[in-house]
Amino acid sequence: MNTLTRIRFVGKPVVFALCLVPASLVVTDAFELTGSLGANPVEAIQDRFGIWGLRFIMITLAVTPLRQVTGWNWLIRFRRMLGLFAFFYVLMHFLTWLVLDQGLLIPAIIEDIAERPFITIGFAAFVLLVAMAATSTNGIRRRMGKRWQQLHYGVYAVGTLGVWHFWWQVKLDTSEPAIYAAILAALLGYRFYRRLNGSRKRARQRQAVPAARGAPARRRATHPAPDYD
Amino acid sequence: MLIGKAPDIRSSEITSERNYFNRRRFMCDAALAAGALLVRPSHGAIIPVEREAPLSDIAKSKYSTTDEPNSFEDISTYNNYYEFGTGKADPARNSQEFQPRPWIIAVSGHAENTGTFDLEDFVKPYHLEERIYRMRCVEAWSMVIPWVGIPLADVIRRFRPTSNAKYVAFETLHDPDRMPGQKARVLKWPYREGLTIAEATHPLTILAVGLYGKALPNANGAPIRLVMPWKYGFKGIKGIVSMRFVETRPATSWEMAAPNEYGFYANVNPDVDHPRWSQARERRIGAGIFAQKQPTLMFNGYGEHVAHLYEGLDLRKNF
Repeated sequence: MNTLTRIRFVGKPVVFALCLVPASLVVTDAFELTGSLGANPVEAIQDRFGIWGLRFIMITLAVTPLRQVTGWNWLIRFRRMLGLFAFFYVLMHFLTWLVLDQGLLIPAIIEDIAERPFITIGFAAFVLLVAMAATSTNGIRRRMGKRWQQLHYGVYAVGTLGVWHFWWQVKLDTSEPAIYAAILAALLGYRFYRRLNGSRKRARQRQAVPAARGAPARRRATHPAPDYD
Repeated sequence: MLIGKAPDIRSSEITSERNYFNRRRFMCDAALAAGALLVRPSHGAIIPVEREAPLSDIAKSKYSTTDEPNSFEDISTYNNYYEFGTGKADPARNSQEFQPRPWIIAVSGHAENTGTFDLEDFVKPYHLEERIYRMRCVEAWSMVIPWVGIPLADVIRRFRPTSNAKYVAFETLHDPDRMPGQKARVLKWPYREGLTIAEATHPLTILAVGLYGKALPNANGAPIRLVMPWKYGFKGIKGIVSMRFVETRPATSWEMAAPNEYGFYANVNPDVDHPRWSQARERRIGAGIFAQKQPTLMFNGYGEHVAHLYEGLDLRKNF
């Protein structure tokens, strides 16, 4: 079995099942099979979907740095699935809020989105995620060309908006949002550092090998996704 | 030690309110004149030292609501008590080792009678009452809680505050070894709260010492805490060790932490939103996953009793 087959028929199903675990625990806790949702189940469900949405955004953002540090290029094959799971958890978080918390009362919902800044920010992140999920197929990606990557750089905005949404939502104890802010800063900071060093390195290479075939000294992986983010 | 279930009180045995207060005042005055609380009333409040011990001689109150109380489990495991951690499940989990007895309360400030009291002596002159109250948290959830307590008005009357006592200020125990949540600087410790003297002596205001007929669980503020059902729950300071009669409005913990979000009065008011969320509706704990939020009532539905205290006060500015 080559790497591609192993990923497709073993790796991806396994990762898929693992990604579903947090959601299934919410369901089994709701039926008191694995634990309990506590005295305020709507709040517990909403919070758990939200925190896993944020975690999956961080996990998705960690793929590229991990690839670059370890050289495991096959990791990139999982990034779309991880990103879609981020969308799934954020979608569930939003639907819980919409249906269970707000009871589908549209005027109150519109008022909250328009007038409560932390909800506006969360909603903006959700809209961006919807756009990215809707354009996640290979076909659409090919047809969009350069614009696809421009849209999907939006994941940086989603991460920032997500942390911000969490920070402004807590009553007083910002210790948990602070942890995610630090993780986000590290993941984005690493890319920034790579870009600075990377461009200096490529400039040096271009000077050293002027007779190169005109192709930039960029590594091309075996799949269509770009190497650096 | 289980003394046994108190017998039901026959209506012929219930003292009329006027005689009850007159006799109470006479006995208290006599006791104070003698300089010591030597007189034992026939039904003095006794709180056994065992954790969540059953309480006896609990009278019913006309101020109790007919709403269905929440379960003991919900009430004692879903708490905001940052002294034991900031998660809702933290107080129940992290207060297992906390010993609420022995307990000392210091009374000071503009009053004729001040001093430090063991909890036993502090509560003994009074009669325990069951008060089933709605409790509305500022976070927009609510419960119905069957407290057992004593009217703060009776307690205050005993200490004879002077005319300079415009406010009553309370403080919680400050001991990070016993209350590990105090090691985090999430609030400025100790927890502080305060009321106007009119609010403090209002008949609805109680010092709660029990829940569901047993001594308060640690997570609910054992051994003694304040309950004011028409205000947001954070006004109900827990684990009280100090009561001071003061002239100027005291600083309160949540007001210090976020003055644009939490005020001194903190009256439940569906028309005045929290800066970050609406206060128009609330989630009733225990109503189930698919229950809708219900509309929040002005003064948490106690308006007929307390609205007069705030006549002429702009409740938007004085939130």
